[in-house]
Amino acid sequence: MSGTLSGRAAIVGIGATEFSKASGRSELQLSVEAVRAALADCGLTAADVDGLTTFTMDTSSEIAVARELGVPELRFFSRINYGGGAACATVQQAAMAVATGVADVVVAYRGFNERSESRFGQFSVAAATQVNTNGLDNAWSYPFGLGTPAATVAMQAQRYLHDYGATSADFGAVAVADRRHAATNPHAFFYGKPITLDDHQSSRMIVDPLHLLDCCQESDGAQALVVVSAERARDLPQKPAYVAAAAQGSGRDQFVMTSYYRDDIGIPEMGVVGRELWRQSGLTPADMPMAILYDHFTPYVLMQLEELGFCGRGEAPGFIADGAIEIGGRLPLNTHGGQLGEAYIHGMNGIAEGVRQVRGTSVNPVAAAADSHVLVTAGTGVPTSGLILSATQ
Amino acid sequence: MTVRPMVNRDSQFFWDGTRAGELRIQVCNACGAKRFPPGPACQSCDAYDRGFEIASGEGTVFSFVVHRHPPVPGKELPIVIALVDLDEGVRMVGEVAGARSEGDLAIGDRLRVDFNRVDDDLTLPVWRKA
Repeated sequence: MSGTLSGRAAIVGIGATEFSKASGRSELQLSVEAVRAALADCGLTAADVDGLTTFTMDTSSEIAVARELGVPELRFFSRINYGGGAACATVQQAAMAVATGVADVVVAYRGFNERSESRFGQFSVAAATQVNTNGLDNAWSYPFGLGTPAATVAMQAQRYLHDYGATSADFGAVAVADRRHAATNPHAFFYGKPITLDDHQSSRMIVDPLHLLDCCQESDGAQALVVVSAERARDLPQKPAYVAAAAQGSGRDQFVMTSYYRDDIGIPEMGVVGRELWRQSGLTPADMPMAILYDHFTPYVLMQLEELGFCGRGEAPGFIADGAIEIGGRLPLNTHGGQLGEAYIHGMNGIAEGVRQVRGTSVNPVAAAADSHVLVTAGTGVPTSGLILSATQ
Repeated sequence: MTVRPMVNRDSQFFWDGTRAGELRIQVCNACGAKRFPPGPACQSCDAYDRGFEIASGEGTVFSFVVHRHPPVPGKELPIVIALVDLDEGVRMVGEVAGARSEGDLAIGDRLRVDFNRVDDDLTLPVWRKA
């Protein structure tokens, strides 16, 4: 579509470290390894890179990564705020930069020791004491004991169950699908370890109504993605994953993980992302043969399906029933195993899976994706972002 | 150790209130709009002129969780934390004292505020079943 970002950029290289619980090396080294792997994947070198983008939360600055890589000069560098909500927005930043000629080769990266060092699943006193408005916002939850990601999501999940008559087993269907897909992915932490709904239901309660198996892993690892213009992409070895749409979204009266003060405490920010994705691309949910939906906690996968327009409000439990979101179903989700099954790399590993599906190289291929599109979303409960990756420009 | 709230000029009145045994809600002096959490610019009329009213301290459970894992500084788990719809029309997060499991609370239950004095500088509102 003219006048939009659609079709002007592509992800041409992907690279990651192994995903583990103890990487044994620094977060900076992980990111550098992932960027090198992504460049090698598309036949480029550090000398070709002139842009880097990552999450505000990343501990490795663009200049530190550039130094280690030997990138001579950077013309573009940027950070996106709000935790995992940044994932797809890093690609949006890169796509906008290459589409406008601000930079030629932009690498988006995210690397952390999120299990062996700073664990996101723990109660974060640091988040409550930030000297900024996020810290002030957290004054209305953390001092009262509400301060882990699971707890903030559980508050929304409980209300969802109440409003729509859903059950914990509906959340469990997401975990079962993810773990089924991870079971056949050698790169997944839970390779060879599928679960049943009974496993989900009998896993211990973390924050009622969430069981352990509603919660994603904490992982060490890094993921990088190389973005160039559509023109440049044609000269590179890999089949391009064209950026058919890239959007950010924040809703009315938005907070980070605690948007509790609006009448509807759901995730309308993902609705903002969805409407913009459909507008930019000219596509609709019916055009998507699969999706990678951010799954740090299972309830938000249901709520995303509703916000993105795959089904009506409160209809997700019916939509996902009977294996609909598993390989062979009508809308397979998270074919790499998701963050519950493969690894929690803050959504960046999901974008890489979207690229593999477009290339036709996923271990759990959805045949139609290699000829059409993959929808990918970023963190939920926070200002967020999304992408539609396409096989054709 | 209890996690202490970050406080600025916009929120100081709330924490002054809890120390005084009052649950204060920001009210716009220009248009009367009530608001929680507080902020410097009225979302209804854009005015910067704000005061507060003292809430009745009664409300209804909109949602709640039972936090079991991982540890929470200053808390003995499990704890129940609720979203409380105050009768004045605003919503806030609060711990529900005396509740420890799913069966101890339900959406729609009535709650009444109490105050937990942590030290000379900090008093936290806490809720009990009415």
